[in-house]
Amino acid sequence: MQELIWLLPTYPLLGFLALVLTAGRLPKNVVAIIGAGSVGLSFLTAAIIAAQFLASGEEYFIKEVWTWMAVGGFTPGFNFYLDGLSLVMMLVITGVGFLIHLYATGYMADDPGYSRFFSYMNLFVAAMLMLVLGDNLVLLYLGWEGVGLCSYLLIGFWYTNPDNGYAARKAFVVTRVGDTAMALGLFLLFAELGTLNIQDMLHAAEAEWEIGNGLAVAAALLLLGGAVGKSAQLPLQTWLPDAMAGPTPISALIHAATMVTAGVYLIARTHILFELAPNVQELVGWVGLITLLMAGFIALTQSDIKRILAFSTMSQIGYMFLALGVGAWSAGILHLMTHAFFKALLFLASGTVILSLHHEQDIFKMGALRQKLPVSFFSFLLGSLALTAFPYTSGYFSKDEILIAAHGMEGPGMIFFYGGVFGAFLTGIYTFRLFFIVFFGESKAAHPPEQEYGGWNMNGPLILLMILSVVGGFIAVPLDPLFGDHEEHHISGLLHAFMIAVPLIGIAISACFFYFKIWSVEKLMASSFAQSLHKFWNSGWGFDWLYDRLFVLPFLWLARINRADIIDSFYGLVVEVSRAANGMIVKTQSGYLRWYALSIAAGLVVLITIGVML
Amino acid sequence: MESIPVEHGLILAAILFSIGLIGVLTRRNIVFVLMSLEIMLNAGGLAFIVGAARWGHAEGQIMFLMIITLAAAEVAVGLGLIIQMFRRYKTVDINVLSEMKG
Amino acid sequence: MILLWLISILFIGGIIAWLSERINPNYPRLIALVTVLLDLLLMFSLLGAEPGDGGWVASVDAGWIPRFGISFYLAADGLSVLLLLLTAFLGVIAIGSAWDEIKEQAGFFYFNLLWTLAGVLGVFTALDLFLFFFFWEVMLIPMYFIIAIWGHENKNYAAMKFFIFTQVTGMLMLISILLLAYFHYVQYGALSFNYHDLLAVQTAGRLEMWIMLGFFIAFTTKLPSVPFHSWLPDAHSQAPTAGSVILAGILLKTGAYGLIRFAVPLFPEASMSFAPVAMTLAAISILYCAKVAFAQADIKRLIAYTSVSHMGFVTLGVYAWNEQALQGAVMTMLAHGLSAAALFMLAGGLQHRIHTRNMTDMGGFWAKVPRMAVVALFFSVAALGMPGLGNFIGEFLALLGAFQANITLTVISAFGLIFASVYSLWVIQKVFQGEYANAEFDDSHLSDLTRREMVYFGAMMIGLIWMGMYPQSFLELSQPVLVELINSTESAIAAVVQN
Repeated sequence: MQELIWLLPTYPLLGFLALVLTAGRLPKNVVAIIGAGSVGLSFLTAAIIAAQFLASGEEYFIKEVWTWMAVGGFTPGFNFYLDGLSLVMMLVITGVGFLIHLYATGYMADDPGYSRFFSYMNLFVAAMLMLVLGDNLVLLYLGWEGVGLCSYLLIGFWYTNPDNGYAARKAFVVTRVGDTAMALGLFLLFAELGTLNIQDMLHAAEAEWEIGNGLAVAAALLLLGGAVGKSAQLPLQTWLPDAMAGPTPISALIHAATMVTAGVYLIARTHILFELAPNVQELVGWVGLITLLMAGFIALTQSDIKRILAFSTMSQIGYMFLALGVGAWSAGILHLMTHAFFKALLFLASGTVILSLHHEQDIFKMGALRQKLPVSFFSFLLGSLALTAFPYTSGYFSKDEILIAAHGMEGPGMIFFYGGVFGAFLTGIYTFRLFFIVFFGESKAAHPPEQEYGGWNMNGPLILLMILSVVGGFIAVPLDPLFGDHEEHHISGLLHAFMIAVPLIGIAISACFFYFKIWSVEKLMASSFAQSLHKFWNSGWGFDWLYDRLFVLPFLWLARINRADIIDSFYGLVVEVSRAANGMIVKTQSGYLRWYALSIAAGLVVLITIGVML
Repeated sequence: MESIPVEHGLILAAILFSIGLIGVLTRRNIVFVLMSLEIMLNAGGLAFIVGAARWGHAEGQIMFLMIITLAAAEVAVGLGLIIQMFRRYKTVDINVLSEMKG
Repeated sequence: MILLWLISILFIGGIIAWLSERINPNYPRLIALVTVLLDLLLMFSLLGAEPGDGGWVASVDAGWIPRFGISFYLAADGLSVLLLLLTAFLGVIAIGSAWDEIKEQAGFFYFNLLWTLAGVLGVFTALDLFLFFFFWEVMLIPMYFIIAIWGHENKNYAAMKFFIFTQVTGMLMLISILLLAYFHYVQYGALSFNYHDLLAVQTAGRLEMWIMLGFFIAFTTKLPSVPFHSWLPDAHSQAPTAGSVILAGILLKTGAYGLIRFAVPLFPEASMSFAPVAMTLAAISILYCAKVAFAQADIKRLIAYTSVSHMGFVTLGVYAWNEQALQGAVMTMLAHGLSAAALFMLAGGLQHRIHTRNMTDMGGFWAKVPRMAVVALFFSVAALGMPGLGNFIGEFLALLGAFQANITLTVISAFGLIFASVYSLWVIQKVFQGEYANAEFDDSHLSDLTRREMVYFGAMMIGLIWMGMYPQSFLELSQPVLVELINSTESAIAAVVQN
């Protein structure tokens, strides 16, 4: 059965082809069956393969399908590589992916682009599976670009609005910057190590480079460039909030559960390389820490329900990067998995809220939805608890491990630890700010919902994800053989209690502001300093503003002033010169007989003179 | 008999030639241009005669005879063309007739 | 012998197509199609052929002007065969794109089309440099007529620019060829234009560089590369669709082929010392033209500039001169041949339907012409280098190889990947997304792609996916040739170093 691993991306790919070739002529229920069914089939296959793989006790399994190209020692193949890491990834992608597909069959039911939507979704799943199952970096790159393309297509799914198109292009181009760095990383690795097969490459790197080798540092940095682009980390984070222009299931699938965590996967996959470059690994931690704090502050000031969740995603991926930075590989991947559960849950629930309120996304135009939207309410409640690492929810286990590992790290470990704890505090505030404003208080909706949107196909996935969000932390991820025996970290009970309490304090503060209304935001916002701070955070720390001025506007300016191609004007000059010369010589051809006669005579005189003088 | 010095003959030829040339260059009436051309031809002829007389050769005279025939033929063709031109354009002004501009 | 047939069938077919117009105005296109298809079929026999001496699968060698050492010498190896197939394939596509568009003087049009193709086939197979030059001119003049007669509003300017650029630089190449033949005379006592003979000619230092530059300029004008590129946007925007298809798909590739076959192997030393300059020009081409492309409002000009940008990867790959880079260059040639041809056909199709090429007038066509939108998206995405499609293989290999030769320039060139995504997606946004706009044109003829058009585009899509997913079928053909070229230049350089 493991031999059939190539079927995993094949099912959704076939689904994609079927939907594209029929070009929207299929009835909606058939589209839904193809779209969600192909991913479901993938999930079933993945589950069986996973069971067999775990039962076999093997460390890894390789299935070679065909040689992609063989050019002078460069021989990447369409080969699949299964180990604990790709196992977790493939189950998350197909499992959560299937639930989101199922949800989307209801969510998109009224959309004219139903078939187009599911074709993109299926292509995305296929590409994502390629990304995590590929045994070489080129195949990974194929999936990497493929998911980027699908992300572009789906963000711009409602193409009539130019803003969506802009957001889609922004997402693609910004991640492409990272992708280019990654491509350069691949070139470097191949030039130095002679292979791009991941395992061979890592072994070669271990053998040839000692720790801190300059080439290892360069390669790790370039790969990190790719990872920060895809995972929306500093400094390439600006595309993610805008990406919320896409339909909500997309936000759940691509921009929360799977694609944005590809960067984490990449680093974990090539962790040996990062261990050879400890400085870069530490940089990963710093990137994660700064991003998680920045995103947390931004999330405090947002009013769009999806943007809050987007910043929260950014922040949680920051935790994963932090985990990678401190070498807690398994914890990072565990957080990736639990985050996929609860963030998908939150996004899907927000989708239900948005549809129930007739496409309202502003949380200040919601309120008091607790009774009207019970499924969403419980989804948000459990999802938020998991997100804030409430004890014994899924998020608790993963975040706990990350922070403890950070605490045990030498060097900047303490900063990482306290920064991470502070991030958890912010998480508590912004998550429950959203929760209280949306579900409690008074209704401010323009069109108050009559009933909750959605049938079994939307509520079923929500319920399953609720369960996973709560108990997901108990899933044992088979990562230990992959990342070696990581040392057990211990911290004192008091510190642990502090760690657990901090997010709860955040929740409490949030409750004081937005539930009990003991404190008021208006009072807090009275000072001009607070207002400008609010504005600054609300604009995402001004990164969009900065990048516009640094890159976008100069590029547009250059493009505009050189529209006519200055090089061509050189040839225009040649033309002008020959025209001018022609104009001068043409004057001699006046057509007057006497002019010719005179020039003959003058010429004769000159010739005779010369002759006589010589 | 005192012979005329050869320089005098040649100078006369040169003066005649120049007069003809100036005529060609300055006259606008094509009939006058043609007449000036005749003068130039004859200036050339005179130079031949002078040369022949100086060296005592017959070729100069032969040349002059040829020039006379040539001039006659030229006048015949030239006048014919001028008449045709006048019929078509109603003018003998060469500036008006100038059409070959670059 | 088969090579002679391939070329003469096109020459003869061209004449018949011209004459047949008197019988029925629909005959020329039929005859042209049959002729090119026949050629394509004949070419498949080359695929199975066993390579003979020196890897040539087919050759013809007949005397032509023996006194000057000029012979009618054609030969094809794997590299040539790939390009021959591309030529015939795109020839069929070009005839398809002209099918409804060309109504006036159809006979003469197809005559020119077929003669251009014949010239290209000659260029791809000629191994006598005089003959090569002859075919180089043969493909130029009919192309001039195609632009000048069936072009758009500014056709005379564009045709003349195209002609002068190629003619002037062609003359430089002729001088170089003659000099090379002369050196052969000096060294071996006889004039010869034979490729193999000329490979043995030793030219020294400064002079070798000048002779090489003659070839280089001729080829990079055709390719084109900065700073000789500026004829291309004009030629493309004015040419009829079929002309653009031939121009972008095939004619540009003759320049790249010339670099690989002649410019570098004939002058290994000069080329290697010139490589940094050539690669710099390539990097400038990639970035500069990508940026200029983004600024264009005329959709055909935009695609033309992107062609220059993509061809930069070819130059980069050729002058990196290792196996990955060269294979990348060859794959880029093939894949770009298809993707650029398809994009020009789409632009031509749009112009045919709404009589404008100005993108600022367009918008929101997706709902109106969904099939066209999907096809355009496919080829744009191919052009920006999406893995799984042919262009990616080419550009990735070219960069991978170039990285081993020159890291700095490769890093700079890699930014082209970002710029490519900027302009490609911009076109999709401007034309197909956003609100539907038709204020500036009459949209009564704006209809989706017909079944015939879908067949052509489908064929090209399959080609690109094939190249992207299983490039081995193409790489295997060119591999022995390229390895042989690399080895021979390396040994030539080594010999020089020893002396």
